[in-house]
Amino acid sequence: MSDARSDILARIREALKVKAPKPHLKGEGAPGKTSTVAKPWLPDGGDTAEHSLIILAEQLAKLKAVFIRVPDHAAAAKAVAELSASKNWKKVAYHGHDLLRPVAAALSCETWEADASFEKQRLEGCDAGITTCESIVAQLGAILVSSASSGGRALSILPHVHVVVAEASQVVPDLGASLALMKARHGDQMPSMLSFITGPSRTGDIERILVLGAHGPKELYLVLIG
Amino acid sequence: MDDSKAIFLKDATVNAADGDQRAFIRKALGGYYTNRDLQKARYRDWERARDAASLAKWSAVNDLANVLEKFVTNFERNGGVVHWARDAAEARAIILKIAEDVKAKAIVKSKCMTSEEIHLNDALEKAGYGVVESDLGEFIQQLRGEAPYHFVFPCMHVKREAISELFTKHLGTAPTDSPEELTMIARRHLRQLYIDADIGITGANFLVAETGQISITENEGNARLTAALPRIHIALSGIEKVVNHLDDLSVLLPMLATAGAGQPMTCYNTLYSGPRKKGECDGPEQFHIVLLDNARTRLLADPEQRDALHCIRCGACLNVCPIFKNIGGLAYGTTYQGPIGSVITPHLRGLKQWNHLSGASSLCGACTDACPVRIDLHHHLLHNRRNAAKESPTLFDRVFHNGFNFVISRPWLFAAGGRVFRATLPLLQKLPLPYMGAWMKTRDLPKAPSQSFRDQWKNKNV
Repeated sequence: MSDARSDILARIREALKVKAPKPHLKGEGAPGKTSTVAKPWLPDGGDTAEHSLIILAEQLAKLKAVFIRVPDHAAAAKAVAELSASKNWKKVAYHGHDLLRPVAAALSCETWEADASFEKQRLEGCDAGITTCESIVAQLGAILVSSASSGGRALSILPHVHVVVAEASQVVPDLGASLALMKARHGDQMPSMLSFITGPSRTGDIERILVLGAHGPKELYLVLIG
Repeated sequence: MDDSKAIFLKDATVNAADGDQRAFIRKALGGYYTNRDLQKARYRDWERARDAASLAKWSAVNDLANVLEKFVTNFERNGGVVHWARDAAEARAIILKIAEDVKAKAIVKSKCMTSEEIHLNDALEKAGYGVVESDLGEFIQQLRGEAPYHFVFPCMHVKREAISELFTKHLGTAPTDSPEELTMIARRHLRQLYIDADIGITGANFLVAETGQISITENEGNARLTAALPRIHIALSGIEKVVNHLDDLSVLLPMLATAGAGQPMTCYNTLYSGPRKKGECDGPEQFHIVLLDNARTRLLADPEQRDALHCIRCGACLNVCPIFKNIGGLAYGTTYQGPIGSVITPHLRGLKQWNHLSGASSLCGACTDACPVRIDLHHHLLHNRRNAAKESPTLFDRVFHNGFNFVISRPWLFAAGGRVFRATLPLLQKLPLPYMGAWMKTRDLPKAPSQSFRDQWKNKNV
């Protein structure tokens, strides 16, 4: 008996013996081979760093994410501490990273380095999770976290609030640039999870009415240094 | 008449007459139209983007065997396990076997239409596993014991009062008419279930051959949790979901969100490549993918309609379809509703029994215009009608088409027929025409011209 794999592949090869025409392209000129070339027809991500930051700020506002821009690391720690105090957070999880340790140290509530001794029930009980990220996509207001650089898979999704601390140099104009950067950085050893986070968790499943915080964080803060 | 057709006709007639429900659906979609247009306006050239998206899918689908093999090689290199399923029964058996091997008890699922296609929940429940849908809409539909109404918005037809009653009945919560409170009830209920589940089952929106990653698009974060907390992750995907390059996603992910939900990008777009890696603090121990054919290769073998496999399941064609908006999603009786469902279901389940869906269209072409990957949807509905007439013509097809053929190929007979028709038209206006009652109730026949078109053409200098 032939196995399913060779059966399916044989069916595919048989089916493809008759060629289908290339799609009828209607836009001006045919797009080039899609390999990290600029795509001047997608939404704009800005052509200078400052332009990208303006687009990013606009996008985040529309997504109902909170954008906090600070001049230096000390100011970042202060901003998160103030946030924590105003929201009355009792327990905050973060992961072992040079950017985050001083931020966690400045908090007056209970803090926990979650990736050192991962425990899902305990993480669920945290008011907030603080992570770094791989990059930030101005074009869409998306923050790329990964299992390698953001404390695993759960830290950025399980706690009720997500705070991202990042450097302004991590902002890239568009999604293509962000994906290219991941390939350059990790090659064929990609982290087991990469996730573009575009605003706080949301649903419109009940009468198409927008509700934030369906299963993931209800609030998303980006603290950008520099 | 086949059952599926009889049920369709009955449901469609009832639903189309339900003015309240139709108004409710239109209102629910109102915000979508506004947001979609706002997001589309941010594209510097939406038509070019559609070209690129359709080309990306075309390149993969038309080289499917090689692209799939490349995906599989890279997926396995990342530590994942690949399973192939020729049909629904094989896919169910594979997933049941994994559940048995890992001694699972509780299973949490994120939205996966392919699992609806293979009726996975039934099979798992019969085998004694607790299965919970975690997507809010799917969770509500699971409690209602009803199939999804729309493959992106599963419970868009259910009013909040009904959801409140449902939660009171099943979860014992206090009644509320606030969508926010209802969402929070589901959130609190499901959180512990993710933590307790042994297996998380997800779908996949794209399989990236270049890197061996699968891409999952969602808004709620339930798929993120499903793939993060249980110790086993199983993804179920149709074979047509594969794309060549990681960079293809830089076009497809934003377009999926804009076309499908009027968003710049959905909240979470996540790429998974294998189970927990060395040095990572959490994530599943095993990562399986089930690659399902289930008659997709039959659609692949039709070069005329092969582009229907480009579908990224955004749901845009449903949202703009006048038929969908009037008869609703459940009337279709299919896993995939609306225009795309009407096109592919006859291929997946048999043309003879499902050809009636080819008539569930006004051929207005709104679906084709809305499709981000340029599937020629309304023409494919015509292709299906033609193929069905060829494959198993009805009596009407035979009598009418043969008669028409006989007349049209004899100019003298056609001219004579025209003369008779023009002469009797005033009489016909007074008679009730058989089968035309409903149509004629609000319409009059036109006045007959004094000359045939051919005579007018001949005398055009006059």
